[in-house]
Amino acid sequence: MPLSLLKYGLTKQPKLQRHFPPTPELKNSYDVVIVGGGGHGLAAAYYLAKNWGITNVAVLEKSYLAGGNTARNTTIVRSNYLTPEGVQFYEESVKLFQNLSNELDYNILYSERGHLTLAHTDAAVRTARWRAEVNKHLGVDSELIYPDEIARLCPQLNLGDDVRYPILGALYHPPGALARHDGVAWGYARRAAEYGVEIHTQTEVTGFDIEKGKVVGVKTNRGNIQCGKVLQAVAGMSSEVARMADFKLPIKTIPLQACVSEAVKPFLDPIIVSGSLHVYVSQSSRGELVMGASAEAYPLYSTRSTLEFKEELMMHLLEMFPFVGKLRVLRQWAGMTDMTPDFSPVMGLTPIENYYIDAGWGTWGFKATPVCGKRMAETIATGKIPDLIKPFELERFYRNEQVGERGAASVGH
Amino acid sequence: MKLMTCPLNGERNISEFVYGGEVVDMPNPAACSDQEWSAYLFIEENTKGIVKEWWMHAASSYWFIAERNTETNEIIRTFPSSELYMQRVDFRAAKE
Repeated sequence: MPLSLLKYGLTKQPKLQRHFPPTPELKNSYDVVIVGGGGHGLAAAYYLAKNWGITNVAVLEKSYLAGGNTARNTTIVRSNYLTPEGVQFYEESVKLFQNLSNELDYNILYSERGHLTLAHTDAAVRTARWRAEVNKHLGVDSELIYPDEIARLCPQLNLGDDVRYPILGALYHPPGALARHDGVAWGYARRAAEYGVEIHTQTEVTGFDIEKGKVVGVKTNRGNIQCGKVLQAVAGMSSEVARMADFKLPIKTIPLQACVSEAVKPFLDPIIVSGSLHVYVSQSSRGELVMGASAEAYPLYSTRSTLEFKEELMMHLLEMFPFVGKLRVLRQWAGMTDMTPDFSPVMGLTPIENYYIDAGWGTWGFKATPVCGKRMAETIATGKIPDLIKPFELERFYRNEQVGERGAASVGH
Repeated sequence: MKLMTCPLNGERNISEFVYGGEVVDMPNPAACSDQEWSAYLFIEENTKGIVKEWWMHAASSYWFIAERNTETNEIIRTFPSSELYMQRVDFRAAKE
């Protein structure tokens, strides 16, 4: 437990303090400008300052802090992916997450629950076995289990065969966890600001100054600034921001919806995911069921919610947990995700010199927040791409070296 | 329920249709560079605003083109692909 929390609890009249400094005036020039004040951008700012001593940094956010996909995911952290590249990358993220409350001295409510990916078909059982073997080979705690073991871990689950898709087995990943998504972004923002990083909210980027293929400045609605380097971290709007810098991405913007139920007493410990039924559900520390389903069938720059989404989600959810039929939906929302053709992110260099990209986060962005921030900071500081994120560079699409990640959420098998 | 007008079958639930990607011109596979071909396969315009895209009515396997606003999801117009593509594309392997 962070010590400050204990001290805070023992204080008679705790002193209230501002979470972050107010948005300052824009300076003329920064060493690094980070476009996008979500978890990824703020994490990169923190690691730039902490690991590399680069503190003349501005984070530009067009709206309020961490209000985009950082606030709209279903907060699941795990590393039981399918490709070796993906597993190693997310494993470093899980390790960083496990110590993040201490590192930031900020409680992110990290809660290890165990993660079950249900298999309802022979093909899904085969994929689960495949993932388990890749995971174990790379030192990740992950195994294929069968209904007897599933019943022990999650007795509430309907394991009968009186449903359309009976449960045949599951991929079990004990380190699977939940964390408070806002807390992650706020923790990074707060510590980054202490190092001197400037956080500018209500500051929209309107263009870039590019000279001879090299970015030298950023235009905003509050004036123009010069910059050494730029990091773009604006999932959902990646293609539109990249267009301002005159390059294109292998990304479609596709909405992903989610909703929560009213809060009830704790009854569901593990995180339950079904690739075949397109459902993921967990119970938050507040008692709400957090529910998501598949990404939508066509691109859209909108965060509207639909009845169709909830009908399909509930139909499948009721097969798994018939008794939740009595619960009411409390909130609904959608995020705009960056879908790539191979379900892997796009990180690293771009055709523009000194312009780095962090995009293509589809349904796998929140869980990568710490590792992506850390490794993008390293990329920006050293100018060299770390081996861990090398497979995810934009150039892979021109070499036909995609990283086909079928372990991603919302991807059927 | 969102409706889409199929030029062949009339107004139907959008769940009966399959999205088929942006309408883009195919480079000549025998003449273009590998770079151009990869871009044609994987890189997206992903425009926020009015776009032209391929759609298919699944039950009848009928492909057509829709003009849609990707910000409001308003379907402005749907029409047969023959409005844009009048000539048959001849696929012949490049001579090595």
